[in-house]
Amino acid sequence: MSTDTSRRAEHWQRTKTLMMITLTIWFIFSFVVHWFADSLNAVTFLNFPLGFYMAAQGSEIIFVITLFWFVKSQHAIDRDCGFAEEE
Amino acid sequence: MIKGDFIDNLPKVYAMYTGGFLVFVLIMAIFEQMGMSADTIGILFVAFTIVIYAAIGWLSRTMAVDAYYVAGRQVPAVFNGMATAADWMSGASFVAMAGGIYFGGHGYLAFVVGWTGGYILVASLMAPYLRKFGCYTVPDFIGTRYGGNLPRFLGVVVLAVASFTYVTAQINATGTIASRALGIPFEVGVWFGLSGILLCSMLGGMRAVTWTQVAQYIVLIIAYLVPVFWMSNKQGFGLIPQFVYGDAVARITELEALHGMGTLEPITEGVKGGLKALSVPFAAAGDSWKFVTLVFCMMTGTASLPHILMRYFTTPSVKAARQSVAWSLMFIFLLYFTAPALATFTKLQILDPELATGIIGKSIADVQALEWIQKWSAVGFAQIIDANADGILQLNEFFMRGDIVVLATPEIAGLPYVISGLVAAGGMAAAMSTADGLLLAIANALSHDLYYKIIDPQAETKKRLLVARVLLLVIGAAGAFVASLKLTSILGAVAWAFDFAASGLFFPIVLGIWWKRANRQGAIAGMIGGFCVGTWYLYMIRWGGMDIWFGIDHLRFAIIGMPVSLALMVIVSLMTPEPDAETQAMVDEIRIPSGDTVLGSSH
Repeated sequence: MSTDTSRRAEHWQRTKTLMMITLTIWFIFSFVVHWFADSLNAVTFLNFPLGFYMAAQGSEIIFVITLFWFVKSQHAIDRDCGFAEEE
Repeated sequence: MIKGDFIDNLPKVYAMYTGGFLVFVLIMAIFEQMGMSADTIGILFVAFTIVIYAAIGWLSRTMAVDAYYVAGRQVPAVFNGMATAADWMSGASFVAMAGGIYFGGHGYLAFVVGWTGGYILVASLMAPYLRKFGCYTVPDFIGTRYGGNLPRFLGVVVLAVASFTYVTAQINATGTIASRALGIPFEVGVWFGLSGILLCSMLGGMRAVTWTQVAQYIVLIIAYLVPVFWMSNKQGFGLIPQFVYGDAVARITELEALHGMGTLEPITEGVKGGLKALSVPFAAAGDSWKFVTLVFCMMTGTASLPHILMRYFTTPSVKAARQSVAWSLMFIFLLYFTAPALATFTKLQILDPELATGIIGKSIADVQALEWIQKWSAVGFAQIIDANADGILQLNEFFMRGDIVVLATPEIAGLPYVISGLVAAGGMAAAMSTADGLLLAIANALSHDLYYKIIDPQAETKKRLLVARVLLLVIGAAGAFVASLKLTSILGAVAWAFDFAASGLFFPIVLGIWWKRANRQGAIAGMIGGFCVGTWYLYMIRWGGMDIWFGIDHLRFAIIGMPVSLALMVIVSLMTPEPDAETQAMVDEIRIPSGDTVLGSSH
């Protein structure tokens, strides 16, 4: 059972790391960029003021990409540690 | 008829359904050319779609507990994503979001950011673990993880308050749309809307709601996207409107200066209730603190609202639950990144005097002769007041309701009436699907957690499902009754539901998964403390005459409730004994995807 315990520990450690990375990206694009929206608006992106663009589209696009990446990464962790479900 | 092979044939079934719907739209367009009246087309659109949903509800009827509560756990990830998107996007998202952006500009986009980014929290912190747990409802998790009836009961209370706040607004929206499309009084429209909703959910519970929500998503997304694509191409902005409206945003900023935004005196006298004139610059960033606090409340609320979380209990596996969150976000994103584009195009149509549709800066007599102005003024959705009596319409002299942006855009832009009928059907689908999910969340929590788990654990399956259906009926009727009283302005915003849920449920759920040390006493303190302090703050600033703290208004009261919930939960947990070994082993078990669910498939 000790191998099971160590596999579980490794799985949970990697899961926690992935969660932290995901939430860091989440935090930056949920709060940080919008906090500085005023300064970003001085920059033009695709003819949009950048601050407005990030709120209207940019953050949302990054959320979608992040989430699909998260799903893939978490599944890789599950598989590596032998905890993936049988298909 | 709907079993086994139905699941295998899902893509085919829904492809045929989508094709059939498009054919219906085409037939309506032909009828319009042949001279069928606008009213008849509106009635046919709403009636046809409701009949389809009701038929799906009837075909999905069931007497099995796991089919009723979690759709038999066999909904594939992509389809569950569509169902969640319909469950999620309410009548408010569909009808009011673009209008909110039209009036609120950049500041209002906090809702768009919050209502999408919340799904990152759902996927990384909650959904896969709750799926592995195998619960039927959110209080089912809280009750089992923390043990005892009190945490379960508190979970039911928070769920019921948050969801009921929300469902009343949805039934109200179905009533509004039904009454306008069918030409019946609002009070009748509310009950009509409710019967449609109940037809979808009563016989088949979660299974029926799932398959109708997929159908409703298809209708609502077509209805939202078609007018925007049409307008964009008609105005020569380009094929994919969402990526090319940057120029339009810049033009609006120019026009706002031209029309004297910010220098005109606001007019308040004689303005009808609910109507507003433009006063906020579109692209200018507002108050950063207000923006991020609203984003935070909407995100944590998203991750705590039980009618969303319970959708992820229906997938065949933990992996599918995770995938399905990503698909949900993708499907929601399709509508949410279109809403700012729609708001921008509509705004440009109205502001730009060089466009044929522009009204600001034109003569009031000409504007009042426009058909859409007459029609929407007659129902109190638009108003013109020539305050300075110069016969020219200024920016501060034109008032309208936000709802118009979606509902009237086809007319403003001069699109055929069949598009307006399509939009009405889309709004109805959005409101019905959300109301269905919410009613089911409340009724399931009351029947499974309150009745079966607390009051009568010996109840037979038949009796449990009967109770569940009776409760659905009673709660639906209560919601329709409250909606028919038109108390929505008193009941407040949809945002409250998010704040209630986040204040009471966010930390008990998250810490239940991520912190083994969290125990029963802590969860009880966290739920009571967070929910009560949040509610107290809302009451005090709204009706108690208290000044708001740090700019945290009634839309953001979770900012007050959540820290209290977290602090109490941590402190009380640490002051009391740690959970027993069995509970800790259970937490270990939900953290890995493989193996059996903690709760049996029928419990």
